[in-house]
Amino acid sequence: MSELGMNLTLKIWRQKDAKAKGKMETYKVTEISEHMSFLEMLDVLNEQLINTGQEPVAFDHDCREGICGMCSLYINGEAHGPDRGVTTCQLHMRMFYNNDTIYIEPFRAKAFPVVKDLIVDRSSFDRIQHAGGFISVNTSGNTQDANSLPIPKLDADKAFDAATCIGCGACVATCKNASAMLYVSAKVSQFALLPQGKIEAKDRVLNMVEQMDKEGFGNCTNTGACEVECPKGISLENIARMNSEYLKASLVREK
Amino acid sequence: MSVLDSKTPKGPIKDQWTNHKNHINVVNPANKRSIDVIVVGTGLAGGAAAASLAEMGYKVKAFCFQDSPRRAHSIAAQGGINAAKNYQNDGDSTYRLFYDTVKGGDYRSRESNVYRLAEVSANIIDQCVAQGVPFAREYGGLLDNRSFGGVLVSRTFYAKGQTGQQLLLGAYSAMNRQIGKGKIEMFNRHEMLDVVVVDGKARGIIARDLVTGKLERHGAHAVVVATGGYGNVFFLSTNAMGSNATAAWKIHKKGAYFANPCYTQIHPTCIPRSGDYQSKLTLMSESLRNDGRIWVPKNIADVEAIRAGKKSPTELSEDERDYYLERRYPAFGNLVPRDVASRAAKERCDAGYGVNKTGEAVYLDFKSAIERYGKEAATVHGEKNASHERIIELGAAVIKSKYGNLFQMYEKIVDQNPYKTPMMIYPAVHYTMGGIWVDYNLMTTIPGCYAAGEANFSDHGANRLGASALMQGLADGYFVLPYTMGDYLADEIRTGPIATDSKEFDEAEKNVSGTIERLMNIKGTKSVDHFHKELGKVMWNNVGMARNAKGLEEAQEQIRKIREEFWKDVRIPGDMNELNTELEKAIRVADFLELGELFAKDALHRNESCGGHFREESVEVGGEQSGEAKRDDENFKYVAAWEWTGDPKTSVLHKEELEFNDIELKQRSYK
Ligand SMILES: Cc1cc2nc3c(=O)[nH]c(=O)nc-3n(C[C@H](O)[C@H](O)[C@H](O)COP(=O)(O)OP(=O)(O)OC[C@H]3O[C@@H](n4cnc5c(N)ncnc54)[C@H](O)[C@@H]3O)c2cc1C
Ligand code: SF4
Ligand code: FES
Repeated sequence: MSELGMNLTLKIWRQKDAKAKGKMETYKVTEISEHMSFLEMLDVLNEQLINTGQEPVAFDHDCREGICGMCSLYINGEAHGPDRGVTTCQLHMRMFYNNDTIYIEPFRAKAFPVVKDLIVDRSSFDRIQHAGGFISVNTSGNTQDANSLPIPKLDADKAFDAATCIGCGACVATCKNASAMLYVSAKVSQFALLPQGKIEAKDRVLNMVEQMDKEGFGNCTNTGACEVECPKGISLENIARMNSEYLKASLVREK
Repeated sequence: MSVLDSKTPKGPIKDQWTNHKNHINVVNPANKRSIDVIVVGTGLAGGAAAASLAEMGYKVKAFCFQDSPRRAHSIAAQGGINAAKNYQNDGDSTYRLFYDTVKGGDYRSRESNVYRLAEVSANIIDQCVAQGVPFAREYGGLLDNRSFGGVLVSRTFYAKGQTGQQLLLGAYSAMNRQIGKGKIEMFNRHEMLDVVVVDGKARGIIARDLVTGKLERHGAHAVVVATGGYGNVFFLSTNAMGSNATAAWKIHKKGAYFANPCYTQIHPTCIPRSGDYQSKLTLMSESLRNDGRIWVPKNIADVEAIRAGKKSPTELSEDERDYYLERRYPAFGNLVPRDVASRAAKERCDAGYGVNKTGEAVYLDFKSAIERYGKEAATVHGEKNASHERIIELGAAVIKSKYGNLFQMYEKIVDQNPYKTPMMIYPAVHYTMGGIWVDYNLMTTIPGCYAAGEANFSDHGANRLGASALMQGLADGYFVLPYTMGDYLADEIRTGPIATDSKEFDEAEKNVSGTIERLMNIKGTKSVDHFHKELGKVMWNNVGMARNAKGLEEAQEQIRKIREEFWKDVRIPGDMNELNTELEKAIRVADFLELGELFAKDALHRNESCGGHFREESVEVGGEQSGEAKRDDENFKYVAAWEWTGDPKTSVLHKEELEFNDIELKQRSYK
């Protein structure tokens, strides 16, 4: 690659609003440094569009360090692009070659309607959490001393691993059934692994799964694609744990 | 009575909060249902406040500009949260945390507030554990701790390098429980653009639905602004891209005084910038200084060879390295407070020892720690004759378990393996200690309008200690506001619902739509980012790590010019009645362009060096402390609270004198 950087062709989904019919548009950018992040490359494009009197491409982003879960993007057919274990904002241009054509689309799923261009509405994820993604404890200042409840390190670590899900939706966008199992199972697992979470475990899993189905996410057929594309390495083990929690809970649910 | 009545309770400091809680008014549960509270911001401060107030029975409306409350900037906090639990039995106590925070803040914070913070800190950990926050634990199942800069005890609780994420998800889950019950109405993708003041009291807000572009009116009996800090006035900072000052600035313009705008924290360990396209800077958590040693080469020849790619830092022997923090500050070494560490890095780089192409980078090296941990692990595993490679392997595994995600983050950005070669780091803007002035109840100078978290000025003085922002955000939200707001709201039980068709709401909405129309109609030639970057350059060069009178005067002049240009020449494509990210940015940058000027003005007036505010005119001369910052308690032992009068140029200064009854004022020495 030359010192001047890469020249790229971008094919980007443009859609004015939720109701409009979208289509792919073609743009060119030049002198893209390999040290840029993917979103910085889009900043360059947007600056160029603004300077030529066009509307910039709308995309979601905030922290730009892989933790808020706001960025999305389906890049060359992969959620968060070609690298592994990263979000789009952590993807760097060194993953691409001079003269590449890059296809950029929104995360697609029935439960994630497009809002504008590359921005989608993931509020269905929040609604699943409203249904049970919590432990019912009020703020009081009188909860028991934190160390009066020792938790085996292994359980705590596993709960932590599940809790690192950033709610980005890549698992859904990747899944051919648009299933949200990985996302939901991460929260269910976090609490199932901790003694504090056990008391409400049954209602939690039943209610969250019920809401997940209501939102129009698809069924899980164990293809495992979600785990591959998940930027946080959320493991399929969580889905297995949720299935067993669900089974236990359905057997004993009082009528 | 002066408007700057801090309302600090009387009596011995250790009893103040308890006495205050015992004597403030309480609203009965039935009445709470008819009281509306608006909470703007869903970070640790706002999220915790919204959840707690809803649990108590108030009707809460919460707002954030992201698509979900879980994405507030607090999510990005890495290293940890402090609490005076003394689990490590190293002599920690409420008093010690209080003392460290006041000292760390260079004696520019209000004693009573800080004491309360230290007092409730232990409750925070209990609360979070009860919510299911998976903090790091030891093999015995108990909570683990680490140390942070500026202190000699180990009181920081953490969840790998993702503490903020786990704490925020805890607050988010508490919110979700209330949203599910209908007690919190959540407004995502909404931006507060003004506060509405009726008969001198905050009675609601004007918010813009960021998807439709429509302006909305929301009435309430009290408004909490927990919208985070204003570090992005520098354009480049470790803050999230959307972090902004707009809500704070709007309430400032409606009567809330803005305190100590010049107190900014420049964090010593961030990934250096790589080019002009840079959109933000990435922090490498301070916790890394527990195990990393900071150095630059001793000899300029080595610096040049490294920059030219002819030498690798790993080739330099121990005595060719200058561990300058260990050399200058033997007592605290690599764990000096942030402001001290940042200035020391700048000093070495200004002297020509910066190790990358831009000359703005120093090393953070884990070699010693990897070897030390490796040896320990080998002993534990009974591998007496472990080879050097095996020791390194074992040590790297320990480092990975502590900081894995940070090392991965670094490698993804810089494309170098920090297990093998030292990290390169440089200071970057990170946190703003200044903010909206609040009294002991966290009320601003607008009755009924509160400010919490990074948005207020309260607890960190002129410099914040690591792991204390998360503590403050959660303390404000879980344990302070739920009590102190009751005192005010007790008088509101007969008020009835707040009508939003009053002339005050009409006027506020008209003002907001007027500003938006004006921006859209400029149809100039330059992007919003262009102006934001210009502002950032002035701020960094003249109002950054080292400041002087001439530079600060110039900065005010330059910022005024940029602001004028902005209002003549900014180009915002698209329409105002739709999702328009350029318009969102323009509204925020317009406010930064005013705040920046006040910031420089405040820095100019404060002719002393204290904490993160370093005036080149005010340094120690001679003696052991030669060259260190020199505070001037005689003339500047006060909070500078600015009143808006229509233009930053004419803003009026009010002073809250600080009293130190429980801590002796001393020079802050980390030698
Ligand atoms: C990279 C990084 C690492 C850090 N690590 C640590 C650490 O280890 N320990 C520590 O103690 N501190 C740390 N800090 C500091 C700490 O994270 C922040 O100070 C703290 O999280 C701020 O919380 P907050 O609730 O005040 O605001 P934020 O979390 O910034 O939340 C602001 C909220 O306000 C909303 N908002 C803003 N403006 C508007 C508006 N106009 N209308 C509607 N909503 C609005 C946003 O949507 C958001 O919900 C770190 C900071 C950074 C940048
Ligand atoms: S499970 Fe992974 S891919 Fe799915 S939302 Fe969570 S972090 Fe994203
Ligand atoms: S922008 Fe936050 S994860 Fe990508």
